[in-house]
Amino acid sequence: MAETNTVTIRGVSKAFGRGDAAVRVLHDVSVDIARQEFFTLLGPSGCGKTTLLRLVAGFEIADSGSIRIEGQDVTHAPPFRRPVNTVFQNYALFPHLTVEQNVAFSLEEQRLPRDQIRQRVGEALEMVRMQTYARRRPSDLSGGQQQRVALARALAPRPKLLLLDEPLSALDLKLRKEMQIELKQLQAEAGITFLFVTHDQEEALALSDRVAVMQGGRILQMGPPREIYEAPTHRFVADFIGDINLLDGEATGGGVRVAGGQTLPVQVSRPGPVTLAIRPERARLVAAGTGVMDATLVHSAYLGTATLHKLQLASGGDFLIRQSDPVQAAPEKGSRVGIALPTDALQVLQE
Amino acid sequence: MTQSDTLRRIVLMLPALVAILLLVGAPLGLMGWVSLLEKGTTAGVDWGSAPSIGNYQRLVWEEDFDGTLILNTNYLVIFLRSVLQAAVTTLLCLMLGLPVALWMASLSPTGRAVMLLLVTIPFWTNLLVRNYAWLIILREGGWLGMAVDALWPFGPVQLLYNDVAVAIGLTYSFLPFMVLPVYSVFEKFDWRLVEAAHDLGATRARALRRVILPVAMPGILAGSLLVFIPCLGAFVTPALLGGGKTLMLGNVIQMQFGPSRNWPFGAAISVVLLAVMLLAMTALALWRNRRSA
Ligand SMILES: Nc1ncnc2c1ncn2[C@@H]1O[C@H](COP(=O)(O)OP(=O)(O)O)[C@@H](O)[C@H]1O
Ligand SMILES: [Mg+2]
Repeated sequence: MAETNTVTIRGVSKAFGRGDAAVRVLHDVSVDIARQEFFTLLGPSGCGKTTLLRLVAGFEIADSGSIRIEGQDVTHAPPFRRPVNTVFQNYALFPHLTVEQNVAFSLEEQRLPRDQIRQRVGEALEMVRMQTYARRRPSDLSGGQQQRVALARALAPRPKLLLLDEPLSALDLKLRKEMQIELKQLQAEAGITFLFVTHDQEEALALSDRVAVMQGGRILQMGPPREIYEAPTHRFVADFIGDINLLDGEATGGGVRVAGGQTLPVQVSRPGPVTLAIRPERARLVAAGTGVMDATLVHSAYLGTATLHKLQLASGGDFLIRQSDPVQAAPEKGSRVGIALPTDALQVLQE
Repeated sequence: MTQSDTLRRIVLMLPALVAILLLVGAPLGLMGWVSLLEKGTTAGVDWGSAPSIGNYQRLVWEEDFDGTLILNTNYLVIFLRSVLQAAVTTLLCLMLGLPVALWMASLSPTGRAVMLLLVTIPFWTNLLVRNYAWLIILREGGWLGMAVDALWPFGPVQLLYNDVAVAIGLTYSFLPFMVLPVYSVFEKFDWRLVEAAHDLGATRARALRRVILPVAMPGILAGSLLVFIPCLGAFVTPALLGGGKTLMLGNVIQMQFGPSRNWPFGAAISVVLLAVMLLAMTALALWRNRRSA
């Protein structure tokens, strides 16, 4: 059977420290990454993203579970025997070598013929538009240029899988946006599977084919950006990615009864307390008494492409509505308004 | 820059200039001057003699009975032996010091502090005492000698009073000069570079050769100079552990100023030694500049 995955991670756990001081950093993580996929690990700082990446690169060895790359078990293989290259967070360029020597490093380790090395170094530098800097030292380059060299160096050996650990986090916003687009293009051109790590949800959504949201060493949800954004399954995922409204409710036979409001026809597997989530742009502002529940308008902010309304619910909680309909005038501040919740936009969350 | 600024600078630099002239320039000048004079009959120098390069000639040429100059390789041999001895010592210090420094840098901050202390403790002990300690260890019936005899089936081994003993003594004395500069480089070393090398396909040995050693090169060069140069002029260790049989330049110089009472010749040898060291350092500096350019 032909392997369709570049990476197969099965039940991987990892702890640091020994005995009583041991801290479990990854709990039973399983991930499949398809060929040529742009896969992103997204989560707050300290959730174990880097550790998972280092397990795949071979800098750490898993306590249990297995890692396969292109069908080959590499769980215990040293990093120099894995068809994987890494773009390090701090770039880790060799300071004593020039740009082209940095890029040639892996090719020289492979003992390729000299003219072939020269050609592939040229190609790699061209890919990141750094040919003119070939003879410079890393210390003579700006952060963005070092970033490009690090990319070229990692791409030169044509790895099956490229690991990128927050590669853009050291760049300023404008450069970061540019590099995001370049990265995406590069990935499509080179046809290499990317395993990308970031704590920036916007970056994750913009670049990825699929995103895995991590928290506390576990993957909570995995799926395409749209699914992660529009159909979060965990309160943490919903909260971490963009603005979201969370409503407490009670599941009954006929649906979910929202605290201080109507019963909505949402299917829930078993009765009990649940949390409903809805994105601000999916909820609508309607006349008082005509929606699911009423609330008081606290504040309206005109954002150009939309208007953001902040409401206060009877329960005391806040509720955001992002309205992109430009003709509709905003109601008076302090007035009573209604909230309409399209059933298809409602998500039932696990804790 | 105004004139008063220039004046201020000169005045401020004056103490340093005077100190350098008095403490470095004057002794060196004196040594150079003495090396051109002749040996006195009662004192070490005949201050009234006419300056000549005779002492330098004596290093290579010997006057025969009939006044013709014939080649005298005695001093050349001692010189080459000294360079060889110093080079071997430097190499031994590198082989021992590099792993030690590497290992020290991998310790916890407390471990590093303890190791630094241990490495520097020999500095606080008198050089003679340290050499006599090796004398006791290496002499016949000493514990190292007994251990070697027990393992070596072909009769007793003479450990003391040879080049090996001198190399051991010198290596021991100068090892800290290698460990400390190399350690200071490894302490600041970014270990992620090694991970990057592994990531790019380099085995441990290749990463050592292509990343760790090149990045540590400034420390390795500094340490090598700090070992090689004083080794060239060493005289206590060769005198004690070499048993006076295996002379090094330092011993020859010491003999000229001591028993032989031939200060001008001693000064001439010292000047040559100094010139060789300066040459070596300049060559190294040039090589490094070219590499980092
Ligand atoms: N070598 C290590 N030794 C001990 N703890 C570590 C080590 N590496 C990471 N950790 C811990 O593991 C947790 C996850 O770290 P990391 O994978 O770097 O998170 P992230 O990349 O998501 O910020 C953190 O709490 C961190 O302190
Ligand atoms: Mg990290």
